[in-house]
Parts: sequence; structure tokens; C-alpha cells
Amino acid sequence: MKHLLPPEIESLWTLFTAPVVWAAHFVVCYAAVAIYCEKAAVWDVDFGNVRTALGIFTLLALAMIVLSAYLAWRQWGFGAGDPPHDGATDQDRKRFQGFATLLLSGLSFVAVVYVAIPLIFIAGCQQ
Amino acid sequence: MTTALGEFSPDERAAQEERLRKAWETPKGWRYWTSVNNSQIGLWYGVTAFGFMLFAGVLALLVRLQLAVPNNDLLTADFFNQAFTLHGTVMMFLFAVPIFEAIAIFLLPSMLGARELPFPRLSAFGFWSFLLGGVFVCGSIFFNSAPSTGWFMYPPLATSKEYSGIGADIWLLGLSFIEVASIAAAVEIIVGIMKCRAPGMRINMMPMFAWYLLIVAGMILFAFPPLIAGDILFEMERMFGWPFFDAERGGDPLLWQHLFWIFGHPEVYIIFLPAIALMAMIVPTFSQRPIVGYSWIVLAAVGTGFLSFGLWVHHMFTTGLPQISLAFFSAASEAVVIPTGVQIFVFIATMLAGRVIFSVPMLFGAGGLVVFVIGGLTGVMVALVPFDWQAHDTYFVVAHLHYVLIGGMLFPIIAGIYYYFPFFSGKKLSDAWGKAAFWLMFVGFNIAFFPMHFSGLRGMPRRVFTYPGDVGWDWFNLISTIGAFIFATGVLTVVVDIFRPKTKLNDLNPWRSGTLEWTNNPDESWGMRSVPIISSRYPLWDQPGLQRDIEAGRYYLPDAQSGRRETLVTSVLDAEPIQCLRVGGTSYVTIVAALALGGVFIALTFHWWITTIVCAVITLMAILYWLWTGTAEIPPTPEMDVGLGKSLPIYVSGPASVGWWAMFITMVGDGTAFASLMFGYFFYWTIHDDFTAGLNGPGVFWPSVAIALFIVSWGLMLAARHLNRGDKIAGARLALIFSLAASLGGSVAGLLGPYVYDMQPTTHVYPAIVWIIVIWAVVHAVVGCIMQLYCLARSFAGIMTARYDQDIVNVTLYWHFLTITAVVSFGVVGLFPLVR
Repeated sequence: MKHLLPPEIESLWTLFTAPVVWAAHFVVCYAAVAIYCEKAAVWDVDFGNVRTALGIFTLLALAMIVLSAYLAWRQWGFGAGDPPHDGATDQDRKRFQGFATLLLSGLSFVAVVYVAIPLIFIAGCQQ
Repeated sequence: MTTALGEFSPDERAAQEERLRKAWETPKGWRYWTSVNNSQIGLWYGVTAFGFMLFAGVLALLVRLQLAVPNNDLLTADFFNQAFTLHGTVMMFLFAVPIFEAIAIFLLPSMLGARELPFPRLSAFGFWSFLLGGVFVCGSIFFNSAPSTGWFMYPPLATSKEYSGIGADIWLLGLSFIEVASIAAAVEIIVGIMKCRAPGMRINMMPMFAWYLLIVAGMILFAFPPLIAGDILFEMERMFGWPFFDAERGGDPLLWQHLFWIFGHPEVYIIFLPAIALMAMIVPTFSQRPIVGYSWIVLAAVGTGFLSFGLWVHHMFTTGLPQISLAFFSAASEAVVIPTGVQIFVFIATMLAGRVIFSVPMLFGAGGLVVFVIGGLTGVMVALVPFDWQAHDTYFVVAHLHYVLIGGMLFPIIAGIYYYFPFFSGKKLSDAWGKAAFWLMFVGFNIAFFPMHFSGLRGMPRRVFTYPGDVGWDWFNLISTIGAFIFATGVLTVVVDIFRPKTKLNDLNPWRSGTLEWTNNPDESWGMRSVPIISSRYPLWDQPGLQRDIEAGRYYLPDAQSGRRETLVTSVLDAEPIQCLRVGGTSYVTIVAALALGGVFIALTFHWWITTIVCAVITLMAILYWLWTGTAEIPPTPEMDVGLGKSLPIYVSGPASVGWWAMFITMVGDGTAFASLMFGYFFYWTIHDDFTAGLNGPGVFWPSVAIALFIVSWGLMLAARHLNRGDKIAGARLALIFSLAASLGGSVAGLLGPYVYDMQPTTHVYPAIVWIIVIWAVVHAVVGCIMQLYCLARSFAGIMTARYDQDIVNVTLYWHFLTITAVVSFGVVGLFPLVR
């Protein structure tokens, strides 16, 4: 399992992984439904299929976020040290990055779930 | 840190200080206005924005006077429309966003331990653009021609020349100009925070303010371009009748609402986050302890930054979109409450864990949070679709947005003014006046805006200029007007306090703050006397002797032997020194460039085509002169001693250089505007059964030729950079010339598509959107060609060489973006009609 995971990346950008996944998920859900609701009559696709597809996509997005959270947890040293991680060392800087990324993964996970909830309860465009 | 610090005798120090003073000298007399130093630009920017705020406040008082009693005839309906439109526009575009750019430009270098932000002339250019654009927009009301269709300019009302007059053009062009200034500031702030921190200030030690501003500047980069794209479409419709928002000819007013709110909602957070950032500096100082939950604040800032882009449709709940779409946005609107709440709990936790001094800044801060939380709670209400259907466009929404903005932004700003006043003037504002101002503002605000919830729930729509006396709104409105005047008295108290004569403090750090900016002496224009090594989030609390060592010049860059303005560039994550950057000094060229660009926008408003062209040429010349004389200068020696036994390069190119980052960031913003235009193309495709309406497309042939030529041009550009690097100068010049020819050929081929097939942009939206996308790509190609000619000229002048190749490296970076733009543009307009 371990060699399947990407190596640790020294970059500021890893911080944004989970929110980017959230953004991608949001855009896909919005665009898919917006296009479907305009083109449903032309294309003859059932809304159930759209829901299933977006449901699978949601699971994929959540999996990505969990992966990002795991990598962040690793960068945080699996919780070996407690915050505030304010020391002038490489290790504290890394742990800070790991911890902040982990928190953001948590928020992104919840936000993806929030956005997916309408797919459970609303069974059509209802325009 | 074990680095041995420098030791200088009093004589050496005096000589160093003399040289530093000379390098950073502020020009005297009328030349003062040519200064580009962050302290002056930040101050002018801030004072101008504050002035615009007072002006918009007076407009609000006029609005409230008109609404005080039923059937009032104090203002005419048309003037009322102008007043509330300008009030909203000015508060949002000329106060709320610019004041933070001002504060950032003013504070960031000192907070980060830099002498200056990396592009001081860009800041100056931004300021002059802002001033000119702002005066133009505000001044229009004195000629009875201010915009009058509400601050979000909905078509078809605002596209109709009959109903909206020239005001809409003033809004569109004046604000587009200011948006340019905002994007310039965003570039400056991002590069400054990432690359110009004091050595040792790793990212886990950045001041909270810097974290917030980094996120906010990133948001500006993705939020403002959609509005610029929308402005272009809007102005093309108003000027030339291209029917982007005209339903009769295939357009759709809803596209404007999408583009406006993709900008407009993040903008609320672009305003709110820096205010919270000020609080994150103030709360630890007065709680006398480090902030609790630093990482949680980062979570909140980044999380809010992202989620705020998923909320825009909550301004459009009543437009008839599918309810499932509305539900996505409702869900995201509820989710953003989480990070917003986290920041407030962090402040409460910090206050609980420390010993709080209830000073005036804390009073404004805490009062602001109370007001903001009330606004947040009504926000949760209006984020729910069924409730919003009832409250939409009523005074309930007016109350909500003022609670959020005044609590979340204005109160923290005043807190910031009281807190940072000693930092920029060496004097302190009065506690007694401050407390009086706070209570007048706090009480006045609630008296003014709380009743609006009720008048809204009783059905009073926003933006009506008067109302009948028998519908139960009269008392609420009268109370609101009284409250508004109490509130205004509070604001006036603050203004008087600022201008009252005060005695000089004999103390650089009167609040006993822990962050680096408080080491600066406001009487000296060099910022940091020497650039310190940082090992704590609150260096003034944790690094004993820091102040003394900085002032004794014991750290980096204690001298200015070159006579130039120098600052350190450090690495992104760990802030290791990598370059000694020479930044631009005092110059007229920024003013000329800004005034000329302003001339372009103003002349366009009145359709003075020749003036437009003249001003555009002057702008281009000014910018070329600016670049030629002020950037990528070959230094006399490759390296420089920066003190503490360290030598650093003066000239770097590629991703290590600040210029490369500025290009990259600008092009990301540009790419966002392009994506917004593409969104428009596909938007029209979704809403029509046949979006071409049976009209001719640009064909496949010419767009394909264009794509091929642009790819060839890109390959040649890469070759030019490679050859130049290998010191094969002649080959590099040839490759540049061929690349230029290929992109010009590609542009012609791109234009031939719609031209040959006789696409008439005024007949229907399909030809119009195709033309606008093609023109967008071609304009970028032409700008690219100017850059290539510039590189050629630099090469022939011997100031672009194999070793000193910043220009060609940055232009190649531009070419990556240009190629993507061209391939996507011509690919979509050429091929998509076939596969749809």
C-alpha cells in the first residue's frame, strides 16, 4: 500500500488539494444538472441516470479528499506533535502544513456531502 | 539562529543611515506626488478610499431623508435612483475593496519584514488608476448622469439607452478601469507575500494578516475577471448593438446575472476576510497572548475563499432556475457558515485564554462581531430558497447585507484605524473620542438597520423612491432615518478625531504588540532599518533585543551602497534568502500610464474614437518606456553582499524571479476572463435548441489553420528561448521573428473564419459570441507580438543576453497561455458546431 502513495511533496499548493476537489465536484454537479435540465427533452436521458452518475462522482470526490487527508495526516506525523507548530524548524513548518491540510480536507469532505444532499432529495429539475 | 550578527561603529551606522535615507528619500514639493514608496501610496490609497466612503455615506443620508416620511418629494425619482446606485457602487468598488488594497500596500512590507513590495510602481499605477476612475464615476452625479439602475446593472433595464442613459456606460467603463487596478494590487500582494518575507519567516510563522491577504488576492484573481468579461459583453451591446443580453435576438439577461454574481458573491468575502485579518492582528495584542488555533484560521481563510465561489446563484433564487440547481447553491451557502464560524470561535477562544484589555480597537472589533453575527444569522435564513422567495428584493435583504458589511467590514476598519494610527503617524487617537464614536455608531447602526427587517417582512421592496402612508412602513422608515443620522454622527466623530491636533508619542509600540511592523519608525521612509531573521510568530514578544538589533543595522541589508532601493527575496516555504531585488524608485511614468489609460476608458464612454486611439497609443508608449527603463536591468556585478557574510544574486530569471510570478498570476486572471467568455458560448448553447439559429458558423478550415499556426508559433517561441539560453543569439532572433509571423498569420486566419462566412454580430447572439471570442484571441496575439518585438529590441540593444534573459522567459510564459487561449478559442468556434 505504502509504495502506491505519492511521495511527500514540498509545496504550498498541496494545501489546496481538498478544496480544489470540492470546487471540481461542485462545478460538475452544477453543470451536469444545468445542461440536463435544458436538454432533457432533446436527449431523452432519465434524471435517475444523472443522479447515479453524480452519486458515483461524489464518492470519487470523497475518496480523493480522504486520500488528501491521509497524506496530510502523514505530513503531520500522524499526530505525533500537538499544535501550534510555531517553531522555527522544517519539522514544525511541515507539521503545520499537514495539520492545516488535514483540517481543510475535513471541511471539504463536509462541503461535498452538503452539495450532494439535494441529489438524494430532489428527483427532477422542478423548473 | 546562530548566524553572527553585524557590528557597526556609531560612525559607520550614521553613514549607512545617510545612504539609506538618500536611496529611500521621498521627493519634495510637488514632486511628492511622483513617489512610489508603499507608505505614501498606501496612505493616499487609504485616504482616497475613505473619502469616497464619506461621499457615498452622504448619498445614503439623502436616500434616508427621502424615505423618512411617506409620499416625500425631497428628491426626484431619477435622482433617488442615481443616489442609491452610486451609494452601492462606491461603497463596494471604491471603498470596501480598495481600502484593503491600501492597508495591504501600507502594512504588508513592514509586517513581512521587507523594505518594499516587489512592484512599487505597479502599486502607484494602481492608485492613480483608482483615483481617476473613482472621481469619474462619482463626479457623474453632479452632471445628473450617474448610473441609476442599481449597483448590479441588470439588463434589460441597464442595456436600454432609453432608460439608463450614459450612466450605465460610466459605470461599466469607469469600474472596468478600477478592476484593472484591483488586479494589479492582487499581483503585488501575492508575489509580495510569497517571495518577500523576512528570512526565517516560514509559512507557519506568517502574520495572520498575510495569510488572509494571500487568499483574498487569489480570490480577486478569480472573481474580478468574470466581471470584466461581463463588462466587455455589456459594453459591446450598448455601443454596437451586439445582442448578448437581448432575448429577442437570442441573448439572455441571465448571463449577465451569472457573470456579475460569480464576481459579486466572492467579493463579499474579498471585503470580509481582510477585515477579519485586521481582527486577527488586534485580538492577540489586546488578549496579550498568541492567537489560539493559528492552523484553524488558515482553514477558515482558505475554506471561505473556496466556498465563496459556490454561492453566486443565491442572488438568483427567484430567476426560475431548476430547483435542484438552487439547492446546490443553498447547500454551499450553508456550508460556508462553518469556516466563518470557526474564525469567530478562534477570537473568542483567544480572548478567553488571555487577559483582555478593552481598548477602543477591541471595542470596535467586538461590536463589529456582534453586528456581523446578526447579519450572518439572517444570511442563514435567506440562504434557504423558500424563505428567500419571500424576502427577495425587500428591505429584509437590505438589512441583512448592511449587517454583514458594516459589522464584518466597517467596524473592523475603524478598529484598524485606531490600532494602526500610531504605526503610521507616531500619534495616538483619543480613547474618549473613540468610545463616543463607537457607541454613536453601534447604537445608531442598530436603530437604522434593525427596523428594516420588519419593513422588509411587511413587504417594502428595496429601491422604491417613496411609498404610501397606509401600508405600515412609515414608522420603521422614520426610525431608520433617525438611526442613520446617529450613525453618521459617529463616523463624523472618528473623522474629527483623526484631524484633531495630537502630541507625538515617544514610543514605537504603544500597544505592546508582538508583530514585526511595530519595529518601524514612521519618520523614516526605509521601512526596516535592517531586515531581521525571524524565529517566532510574534517576534517582538519572543526575540529579545530584536528592536535594538534592527535599529543598529545588525541584520541583512543594513546599507544602500548602490544608492538603489533594495529588498530581500526569500523562498516560498522556508523564507531562505535567494535574491537581493532592486525595486523601482520615484517616477512620473506610472502617473502618465494611468492617466492615459484612464483617458482610453473615459473617451470610450463618450464615443470619442480618435481620443481613445491617441490615449491608447500614449498608454502603450508609457508602459514600454516603463518596462524598458525600469525592469530587467543588468546589474554591474552579478552578486551583492547583503550583510551577515551572505552574497546574493541581483538578477534572476524564470520561476525564481518575481517578474515571472507576476506574469503567471496576471495570466491566471486573464485566463479566468477567457473562461468566462467560453462559459457564455456554452451558456447560449444550453438555452437554445439550436444555438446557431441556422446562421453561418466560421467553418472548420480557417479556425484549423489558425490553430496550426498558433502551435507553430509556440514551438518557435520555445526554440527562441532555448537558442537564446545557449547563446545562439542570431538563431534566437530568427526564431522570434518567425514566431511573430506565425502568430500574426494565425490571427488573420482566425479572423477570416467569421469574415468569410459573413457572420453579422448584430443579427443574433451566435455570430456575436463567435466574434468576441475570436477578437479576444487575436488581441492577445497582437499583445504577444508587441512583447516579441520588445524582446528583439532588447536583444539588439544588448540588454537581453544568454545570462540575462528575464524578458524572453516571461514572454514564453505568456506564450503558453496564449497558445491555450488560441487552441481553445478556434477549436471551440470551429469544431463545436459539428459535434453538438
